[in-house]
Amino acid sequence: MTTRLFGERVQRKEDPRLLTGQGRFLDDLGRDALAVAFVRSPHAHARILDIDVSGALDVEGLVAVYTWEDLPGRVAEPLPLLIPHPALTHGRTAYALAKEFVRHVGEPVVMVVAEDRYLAEDACARIHVHYELLKAVVGIEEAAHGAALVHDDVPGNVGAHLVQEVPSRAGENAREAIETAPHTLAFRLDIERSACTPLEGRGVHARWDGTDLRVYSSTQTSTSVRMAIAAKLDLPLPHVEVIAPDVGGGFGVKIVHPWPEEILVPWAAMLLGRELKWTEDRREHFISSAHERGQVQYVRVGFDDEGHVLGLDVTIMHDHGAYTPYGIIVPIVTSTQLLGPYKIGAYRVEFTSIYTNTVQVTPYRGAGRPQGVFCMERTMDKIAQYLGKDRTEVRAANFIQPEDFPYDQGMIFQDGRPLIYDSGDYPAMLALLKRLIGWDTFEKRPGIGIGVGCYVEGTGVGPYEGGHVQITSDGRVHVSTGLTSQGQGHETVFAQIAATELGVPIERVSVVTGDTRRFGYAVGTFASRAAVVSGNAIALACRKVREKALRIAAEALEADPGDLEITDGLVHVVGAPAASIPLSTVAVLSNPLRYSFDAETAKATQFSGGGASYDKPPVAEGDEPGLEGRDYYSPLRSTFAAGMHAAIVETDKDTAEIRILRYAVVHDCGKLINPMIVEGQIHGGVAQGVGGALYERMVYDSHGQLLNASFMDFLMPYATEVPRIETDHLETPSPLNPLGIKGAGEAGVIPVAAVIAGAIEDAEGLAIDRMPISPSELFHLRSGG
Amino acid sequence: MRHEITLIVNGVAQRVDVPARRLLCDCLRHDLGLTGTHVGCEHGVCGCCTVLLDGEPVRSCLTFAVTVDGREITTVEGLAGPEGMSPVQRAFAECHGLQCGFCTPGFLCTATALLRDNPAPTDEEVLEGISGNLCRCTGYQNIIKSVHRAAELIAEEEGR
Repeated sequence: MTTRLFGERVQRKEDPRLLTGQGRFLDDLGRDALAVAFVRSPHAHARILDIDVSGALDVEGLVAVYTWEDLPGRVAEPLPLLIPHPALTHGRTAYALAKEFVRHVGEPVVMVVAEDRYLAEDACARIHVHYELLKAVVGIEEAAHGAALVHDDVPGNVGAHLVQEVPSRAGENAREAIETAPHTLAFRLDIERSACTPLEGRGVHARWDGTDLRVYSSTQTSTSVRMAIAAKLDLPLPHVEVIAPDVGGGFGVKIVHPWPEEILVPWAAMLLGRELKWTEDRREHFISSAHERGQVQYVRVGFDDEGHVLGLDVTIMHDHGAYTPYGIIVPIVTSTQLLGPYKIGAYRVEFTSIYTNTVQVTPYRGAGRPQGVFCMERTMDKIAQYLGKDRTEVRAANFIQPEDFPYDQGMIFQDGRPLIYDSGDYPAMLALLKRLIGWDTFEKRPGIGIGVGCYVEGTGVGPYEGGHVQITSDGRVHVSTGLTSQGQGHETVFAQIAATELGVPIERVSVVTGDTRRFGYAVGTFASRAAVVSGNAIALACRKVREKALRIAAEALEADPGDLEITDGLVHVVGAPAASIPLSTVAVLSNPLRYSFDAETAKATQFSGGGASYDKPPVAEGDEPGLEGRDYYSPLRSTFAAGMHAAIVETDKDTAEIRILRYAVVHDCGKLINPMIVEGQIHGGVAQGVGGALYERMVYDSHGQLLNASFMDFLMPYATEVPRIETDHLETPSPLNPLGIKGAGEAGVIPVAAVIAGAIEDAEGLAIDRMPISPSELFHLRSGG
Repeated sequence: MRHEITLIVNGVAQRVDVPARRLLCDCLRHDLGLTGTHVGCEHGVCGCCTVLLDGEPVRSCLTFAVTVDGREITTVEGLAGPEGMSPVQRAFAECHGLQCGFCTPGFLCTATALLRDNPAPTDEEVLEGISGNLCRCTGYQNIIKSVHRAAELIAEEEGR
């Protein structure tokens, strides 16, 4: 195949429009739409006594004001609990507008519609809500104490409790193994809250024409938003379409759905018969969307003289905020992915998922893995220190070996399927990383330290994605898939796959994602799954189209389909390029016509000859008109990517400032579709990891006020804070899917906090058991604080 | 109280009637339909809304439209020339200097002004030059590379 584009550094098809201001992000739509704004709770926990909207009524341009009392039917019911789990015995979700109680600062209470956003905010400012204040529950330990409750009917603030045990091969449980191990250690780790903070917040635009509802949402799942809207508003599914336009970053927060605004904006658009739009502002994003990461972990480990882990017992207290719309996926991911690339003798993990009067917790890039990896990698470092061994040696002693695959970790993963690693080569990866960072030649000096971290990431989770591929009579290839894009370059990588499979120039391929008008069945973009699941579905759909094209071309060329190949959009006999037919003509022949519209299509009309048999109908039985195909890829189970990072940091002896001098990454996501894009994903992930390791935290006071709900105070790294990232790749193809690929989206962020903590520990000779760590915290640690 | 003002946007005089509190970013986006300028924080930190005011980068979310009556504004829509994308835009495409593209217009405006004033910046100068813009996707590495590459492309064009 000459058009081999899979694996190449192809420039992105998305870029020309995004570089010239021609992108279409949510707030770029609906110039004439009415604007929506919300009155949100200023209190973390309160009972609503009265809502007085009278002051807003004379605001010029006011169109409507709604409270919970105005909401009909299912719009008035709690939002769905997206992922139920038997252990989530006390799952609770919010109402679209608060009903009687507010449980975190930022919860929507009143919806205002006005001629523009300025006027809508004017009206919001004049609405008075009277609250009876209730005790705010803030912080994991206070919540676990259970003296005050977030939800009256949830005793002890415990939403879920789950114990998972994996005994050793000899049948010993973790606690027994630890008791009898030659060495044991016990310690506590603290991980603070952070959040996705995409630069574009959420947003919803809705238009109702009396029969059909079209909704645009800055979402990671348009198909599922569509189903939720249809159900909530009691509309027939075919009359609802949802489109994710250009989305300005997601990182997890936009997989949550339906957001209150995704129900309320379409509902009000139908009621008012007007186009409506809500665009989230930055403060709203901080206090009304979702956070992640916050956990306290208690660890006990037993090991032998070589550092083999014989037993590991981890107890996790997970703060899930005020509601649990996304179930307990985050602590499940933490507890399963904690195992990393290691064979652990016996493992016990127990988590308690706890309510607090803070913003709800749902997956943020890494989705619980950074916490799990922090735990495991801190454990490895502590074992090495205890035994006086090199930190990489202890890790290597515990690695799953290349011949051990498929390797069954004996647990159930976040997709409800067995945690079985498909492929990998961890010793080779560590060797590459050590060479890249110069581990063996690193010279330790005061104030300079080196750290290392390893992880395994289950990617490409099911249940499925689909792809549709159509070749039109102009020879263009139109690819669509239902999942959405937020900057990952899907238009490019899916076009690379289609161009490679079909033998057409990439310029002729266009890709549409996240538009239910084009593809209605999909799950969404999360869990590093898009390339794996949609990529394979598109490849399979292309193979169907290719087979059909070869069959039709073979008839026209009077050749055997097996002797044909496609090069540059031309079907030809192998070794005889003169005997050829363009795909555009094949597309014409595939669709028998009564009416022609140009010279090319005239060839497919009924009196054009072409030797049709009168014994067969124009479209043969079992065949379909058109050169198109649809197929789905549903993975048996997740495919497991892996990576190892190392960093060298410098700490200032006076100011305790922490500077990353070098950062190295070795990454294995199976076969690379586009190395340029994979590296970009890694760079961005590492930058977010640096934020989580050193700068970003959500600072709540004891009243549940988020004190740093702006970019002035939430310290997202600028270019000056992110080191240059050196990367190398290993490719162990996945045996589970036709393209041999694994996911890469979340990878970069996962081990960073663990790596930086290890490096600071090495530089300072102090235990670093929390993330993030600021200069002032390091300063206090030095003085024993 | 509304005010009639004239903004010279991307070389074209535009008359617009705005309330005094209308932010420049909202005026560009919603009154003039130039939605390439994005709003990421509304408090002047992220730099997504950066435009060039008489050639200098400013935060359009911290600027009232009425305060720039009669001034020249360049937005991302005005960076390309008749021959297509500017060297800065081309360099960002070539070096994968963008992912979701939301912060990109701000970086493009910032980098355009930076390279006009300093056609051959050092690493430190590039870092300093873009240190007022946030990006959540790229980790900045390819943005830095893009700015250096843009400097090369500009030099090549001027050498011709």
